[in-house]
Amino acid sequence: MSRRLPRGGRLIDRDTPVTFTFNGRELGGHAGDTLASALLAADQVLLGRSFKYHRPRGLVASGSEEPNALLGIGQGAASEPNQRATTTPLQPGMTAVSQNHWPSLEWDVGRVNDAARHFFPAGFYYKTFIHPRPFWKHVFEPVIRRAAGLGTAPTGPDPDSYEHFHAFCDVLVVGGGVAGLQAALTAGRTGSRVLLIEQRGHWGGRAPVDGVNIDGADAADWVNATVQALEGMENVTIRTGVMAAGVYDHGYVIASEESLPEGGPRHRLWKIRAGHIVTATGAIERPLAFAGNDIPGVMLASAARDYLADYGVAVGDRVVVVTNNDDAYRTALALTEAGIEVPAIVDLRESGAGALGEAARAAGLTIFQGTGVHAVKGNARVAKIQLCRQDGDGAVTAELPCDAVAMSGGWSPVVHLWSHCGGKLTWDDAQAMFRPDAGRPPLGADGRAMVTVAGAANGELSTAAVLADATRAGAGAAGGEPGTAPGADDPAEAPIAPVWLSPANAPYALRSKAWLDYQNDVKVTDVELAAREGYESVEHTKRYTTLGMATDQGKLSNINGLATLSRALEKPIPEVGTTTFRPPYTPISFGAIAGEARGETFQPLRRTPIHGWHEANGADWEPVGHWRRPYCFPKAGESKHDAVAREINATRNGVGLLDASTLGKILVKGPDAGRFMDMLYTNLMSSLKPGKCRYGLMCSENGFLIDDGVVARLDDDTFLVHTTTGGADRIHAHMEEWLQTEWWDWQVYTVNITEAFAQVAVVGPKARAVLETLGGMDVSADTLPFMTFADGELAGIPARVFRISFSGELSYEVAVPASRGREFWDAALAAGAAHGITPYGTEALHVMRAEKGFIMIGDETDGTVIPQDLGLDWAISKKKDDYIGKRAQARSHMTDPTRWKLVGLETLDGSVLEDGALAVADGRNANGQGNTQGRVTSTYRSPTLGRGIAMGLVLNGPDRMGEVLDFTTLAGGTVKAKIVSPVFYDPEGEKQNV
Amino acid sequence: MSNPDSALPDEVHEGIAAVREMGPQGMVTLRGDHAAVAGAVQSATGFAVPGQRRIDGDLGNGIAWMSPDELLILCDHGAAPGLTATLAQSLAGTHHLAADVSDAREVFSLDGPGAREALAKLAPVDLAPGRFEPGELRRTRLAQVPAAFWMAGPETFCLVVFRSVARYAFDILAKAAAPGSSVGHF
Repeated sequence: MSRRLPRGGRLIDRDTPVTFTFNGRELGGHAGDTLASALLAADQVLLGRSFKYHRPRGLVASGSEEPNALLGIGQGAASEPNQRATTTPLQPGMTAVSQNHWPSLEWDVGRVNDAARHFFPAGFYYKTFIHPRPFWKHVFEPVIRRAAGLGTAPTGPDPDSYEHFHAFCDVLVVGGGVAGLQAALTAGRTGSRVLLIEQRGHWGGRAPVDGVNIDGADAADWVNATVQALEGMENVTIRTGVMAAGVYDHGYVIASEESLPEGGPRHRLWKIRAGHIVTATGAIERPLAFAGNDIPGVMLASAARDYLADYGVAVGDRVVVVTNNDDAYRTALALTEAGIEVPAIVDLRESGAGALGEAARAAGLTIFQGTGVHAVKGNARVAKIQLCRQDGDGAVTAELPCDAVAMSGGWSPVVHLWSHCGGKLTWDDAQAMFRPDAGRPPLGADGRAMVTVAGAANGELSTAAVLADATRAGAGAAGGEPGTAPGADDPAEAPIAPVWLSPANAPYALRSKAWLDYQNDVKVTDVELAAREGYESVEHTKRYTTLGMATDQGKLSNINGLATLSRALEKPIPEVGTTTFRPPYTPISFGAIAGEARGETFQPLRRTPIHGWHEANGADWEPVGHWRRPYCFPKAGESKHDAVAREINATRNGVGLLDASTLGKILVKGPDAGRFMDMLYTNLMSSLKPGKCRYGLMCSENGFLIDDGVVARLDDDTFLVHTTTGGADRIHAHMEEWLQTEWWDWQVYTVNITEAFAQVAVVGPKARAVLETLGGMDVSADTLPFMTFADGELAGIPARVFRISFSGELSYEVAVPASRGREFWDAALAAGAAHGITPYGTEALHVMRAEKGFIMIGDETDGTVIPQDLGLDWAISKKKDDYIGKRAQARSHMTDPTRWKLVGLETLDGSVLEDGALAVADGRNANGQGNTQGRVTSTYRSPTLGRGIAMGLVLNGPDRMGEVLDFTTLAGGTVKAKIVSPVFYDPEGEKQNV
Repeated sequence: MSNPDSALPDEVHEGIAAVREMGPQGMVTLRGDHAAVAGAVQSATGFAVPGQRRIDGDLGNGIAWMSPDELLILCDHGAAPGLTATLAQSLAGTHHLAADVSDAREVFSLDGPGAREALAKLAPVDLAPGRFEPGELRRTRLAQVPAAFWMAGPETFCLVVFRSVARYAFDILAKAAAPGSSVGHF
């Protein structure tokens, strides 16, 4: 059994017990435990079921590479699925549950998949469920989805908060093992600003576990001294519990911090800008491929050593060590020293180990050299190991009862961060590993390497070499002198044997039980099948077999998988290559990515100065860009449709009030302002007299209509440009782009003053009476005629009053300082009370403009429409040499007489056409679709006319007045509508000009 | 006559730093060649044109460098229209644009031992002591909205955002300054 030993465990505090539950069972651990070490101490070896075959699975690793021990942590809305037990610190009261089984972990129905696994090889789903085609969507996918998947998503909204944090440094060192510490120390001594982050909660990495000596002292002592030295350096910041997830261009690093104290944010996402990055991310041990290598109790030799040294936990009572290199001998020695029985070291190498082998023999351990594993046997737990000749085909030579197997297939440098931004790898034959190729680094903005790798991550496996490499890396990153590296005593090691399968000639029966990817259930035979079926690229094989595509991204399986592929293809490993490493290194939470952007602050909501009144008076909101504008103001019991009709009728027959504050307002000033305005607009603006207003159109350089609005000329030098609500920022940027890139020598300045003003439209036959009641300015027809403006005061508030109309009624738009906007609105409501003044929303605005045939940017335009399509030729100056879009509008397709043009549409039965409805034409096009000859761009029920009205773009429309077309409906039928003038109401314009 | 309204009159939030709405604030944007407007600026404000990304003075009377051809002048809310007119008058004949933008903005203070960290959660700016100090102004973003800020004291930031997003800005500042959310980095 696995159990807690009476002594040992450098990371746990035996005086602080911690209770937690696993699948409802109460268990005990210690402060400093991970969930994994506490479960192992409680002899909970079985921790989950695999994804595809539902095989029983236990711990393989002790760190972030763990593929199996994914648990659900917490309860209810705050629960988190798929958390790695190996990297989850044990917390008092923690509740953990296993995943991917039904009805229980011990008794799982899904195991039928395992019994039938010969029928579910790689590509099974692709091959089996492809026919008949409709079945995938309606039958296969729903069933497979229910059977697959790992953890369960939380059921309620996340109650916690998350945040981002921006940090800056000259040198970022990732990894707090001896390499990272030494690199940070060397970089720190140059005076550079250094940030050192470590994903685990403690410093030193593997060195203290491996019994390393540095400068004649215990590694642990050296680590403590170095951490103290770093803490004493003002220019150095060190932090545990921060995992670097990804490296991006220009020294940008994303890191995740998840173990935060209660009462603050749950996770924090670090956004780090570093001048240079040192990755000292260590190496990960590889499993060995042999039959039964996934039975709970089979784990990495380094993990068995970690659980012993870090947590005082024995992974079993009889632990057999299987290895192709010397390092696993350390595990055998450590276990033996702790009093755990090690029946044998099974060394796949004919020649065995170096100095550590001698030590093992001296400790009385049995070593089988040139020996492989026929199979590990056991049901949900290791029961025995059957040995065979490594170079044979698997005939059993011996059988050892045991309850755990510690395996080592060698070490792979953690090259992920190096690779994220383009760092290349090279195959090291002697050490059987891919390591960073320093000659092909990820490049920064200056064309030089922006990442340096240090220590085991760089392929250095002896402590002395690690420290020398880290010293070089730290100095190089900071641009200083390395100085002397600390020394270390390393036992002489015999070379690793590049063994990727045990036994070498294992028959199919054994190979089909030898797992490569635990989480995605990919076996040696799956990769071989892919190779037989013609998959030569490692990227294709990965996707076909799903090797390395699980949440651990193949940290344990990638190298073994591609070595297996290389063997099957009979090509050397470097020729097969690796798959691409992509961020994040380990999964990070969506909460951390979202940061503050959730709930009320999901995105900015823009509010006008009058927003509060709208809210208090039952506005039905419409999003317009980031603004919220009232769509209408329904009264109690009133439908939105009725509210809109009421607002229109009240405006057309009395007076209405509109909050138009969102309209863009941009000042354009300078000696060249007139010339600039003539380029911006299609019509002539320079001829506008101060005090007057003019409607204008703006096009992109490709000729398409991008915005419209009323321009007021404030004085000789100054224009005030009104844009659409959505256009304010975009048009201001458009102006600045032209001024800064093309016409940099023109004397023009612009300022966006949109938000400085509240703008209120007072609209309707009684509008003048309302303004007169407010008092303070002469707003008579003579003093303030249509399309003029005046500055003054209304109700004691500074005001600029524009005589402009988007409704066809007598209308004033009053701009007041935003800080007085609400005050003006309230005053206007009071002044208009006698006339039944009625606030109206955007829908009434839209209907009234459509009744007048006024276009709306975004309805009548969609980025493909030019002013000529909309019959706006009157607003295109023939006198000007140029304006933005002019040349584009002369292109053959723009002058094509068959471009659809704007008309009004009236249904014969008075009904309302559907938005976007198409006018059908005879015949079919090349794609077999019905031909069309027009489409609806705006459609409303007009309360003024008591019928449906619409605008649309129709082939030769203006020449076909009175013609009746068929328009589509969503139900499948058609509706007849007559082509009419788009101006439905007051075509002479008498009402607005009084 | 009523008083002018800011968007969130007098709102306060206490945490690792205190977020305060600062009430109506006068601001005049002045675009023009800095050398050409320096004399008018000096006589209107008493300040020379500050260097790149620098700010001089305070909310009652101050001036900030905003871009190679833009300055921001700070004054009492009631003084802004007059100041705008004065600048326009003294710069007649010089190409420039002076605009009263007081009401387009909302001003907050962020004050306390956690102010630097709270702000560093929202703005991609190096806010470490020694890297950002009083006298410097930064135009940047707070999460998803544009903002400008400077330090009015060793633990105090003044922040300017657009008026329409005052609520959003206050809410994200309050979240960033939530009690218990110290990063412990600075």
